[in-house]
Amino acid sequence: MNKEKYIISSCSISPAGVRKDGSLLYDRDDRPLGDFLLSLYTHSGMDYPKFYKMDRLSKLGWLASEILLKDATWIKELLPEEVGIVLSNAHASLDTDIKYLATTKEFPSPAVFVYTLPNIMIGEISIRNNFKGENGFFIFDRFDAGFLEQYVSCLIDEGHLRSCICGWVDVGEEDYRAALFLVAGDPPDSAAPPGHPGLLFTKTNMDKIFMEDTL
Amino acid sequence: MTDVFAVSDNILSPLGMTSAENFERLKEGVSGIRLQEDKSISDEPFYAALFDLKMDEELAASIPLSRNFTKFERLLIASVRQALAGSGVDPADPGTALIISTTKGNISLLEAAEPVPDLTTNIALHTSAKKVAGYFQFVSQPLVVSNACISGSLGIITGMRLIRSGRYRHAVIAGADLISKFVLSGFQSFQAVSPEPCRPFDKDRLGISLGEGAATLILSGNKALIRGASIKVAGGSTGNDANHISGPSRTGQELGTIIQKALGESGVTAEDIDHISAHGTATPYNDEMEAKAIFLTGMSRTPVNSLKGYYGHTLGAAGLIESIITIASMKEDLVIPTMGFRKLGVTVPIHVAQSFLPTKLEHCLKTASGFGGCNAALVFSKLNASYTA
Repeated sequence: MNKEKYIISSCSISPAGVRKDGSLLYDRDDRPLGDFLLSLYTHSGMDYPKFYKMDRLSKLGWLASEILLKDATWIKELLPEEVGIVLSNAHASLDTDIKYLATTKEFPSPAVFVYTLPNIMIGEISIRNNFKGENGFFIFDRFDAGFLEQYVSCLIDEGHLRSCICGWVDVGEEDYRAALFLVAGDPPDSAAPPGHPGLLFTKTNMDKIFMEDTL
Repeated sequence: MTDVFAVSDNILSPLGMTSAENFERLKEGVSGIRLQEDKSISDEPFYAALFDLKMDEELAASIPLSRNFTKFERLLIASVRQALAGSGVDPADPGTALIISTTKGNISLLEAAEPVPDLTTNIALHTSAKKVAGYFQFVSQPLVVSNACISGSLGIITGMRLIRSGRYRHAVIAGADLISKFVLSGFQSFQAVSPEPCRPFDKDRLGISLGEGAATLILSGNKALIRGASIKVAGGSTGNDANHISGPSRTGQELGTIIQKALGESGVTAEDIDHISAHGTATPYNDEMEAKAIFLTGMSRTPVNSLKGYYGHTLGAAGLIESIITIASMKEDLVIPTMGFRKLGVTVPIHVAQSFLPTKLEHCLKTASGFGGCNAALVFSKLNASYTA
């Protein structure tokens, strides 16, 4: 019998606003994604110069992870290899692929080329937090909570991880969306009060949060 | 825990259309890397292992309604078809998973001279996965792994986990990548492309050679499907350096940790490992980092090879091609030498295989690393292998 796993926290960033654990932090914003991400970074009072060199996909995922982890001080008690990141999206790195291709007309840019892989975002979040556990980036046509539940549960059940950031971070032609979930098998006592008290890590609960966060 | 067996495979590369053909070429010491003069990829000549026009045409002719598929999709289809044939694994069984691993898939559509209609849909990796799944009438939803240069290895690890979790009974894992101007110019912009065929772990190594290829590995929890010697995927692990997005760890400690986890899961110790198939891209930093990880985990004397000198770096297919060659090596108890290697050029002592080494191979380790700081390690074991512990 596998032990229960919990959604300790969630964070969503979309044109409908920014939400942490279901509560609205920033209201609807119709500015272009780049401007919006920069203003979110500035307003959050973060100080992380590496932010400026990231592509839009990494900025989106990184900002969501910062908000997600803001109060999760307990995660520092875990070993680096006990925390993993499993992400997914539909467009891979297309937004930056197009930008990189444009640079090749003049001078191919290594600083842009490196972001033509969606998992670079996992690297950025890992560097920021010193997370060294399991990595995985998967592509689906839409958010697949069922897969995340199954895969991340397996990582925790088999003892690979104690905690995992999982979810969806996507930048499409006209739309963007980040929805991250902080999952733990046995949250340390200091994890209290969790944003979602006792919320089980299930497909249904992830789908519910994913949908409600854009209402 | 359910044992997961490697029951069938295919490698489709410039060296051959089947795994057996590929292994024969390696035994003959043939490399697929040539000086390429394809102006559509680069104005200057470059070394890479690429499919020639004849192979492209043969491939297109062998697939019904071939025009509906891109070259990337045709490669996947041809490879999966050959691996499925006679495997006893049925795509129409809901217990059969399809996993596609790639880094850049249909990226060449973005570079096409004429605008491609519905580009966003056609370039999407999930679109290709659905087309391949549809061709074989897979019932389950295909899964796409796109995690830089560990994609192929992560595909195998994911397949193993899905079978162990009981969700699937079989997993068909197929990977492919093609070399276009996009990919080559990117690696060139990093000054990472070698001006001669690559020399993994060598003192004079000057970077990578790129390669094209596709490969398919079929895993199953059903022992009855094994043909010939039985090889298990005994364990696997992935992780991150948390150090730099385009350069590996300076210490190799993180890959070392992942290796230890994979060994632990497989119930083996470093002493049990008879051979290591390394990532060995022949960039100064990658090979140094890998050597340190091998040294740190106490495997300095274990014969290591890199197959990049035969195939080039085949990106999302690399983990699959190299794992399938490792499985073939285990079946023949023969370590393939590292093409291009002459003199050790890393700061710790490791045993890079330089000539054919007939030796009993019961447990083998496969490692991979990629941009974004990701690492992966996999252990393959013979069914009735011995263990020191």
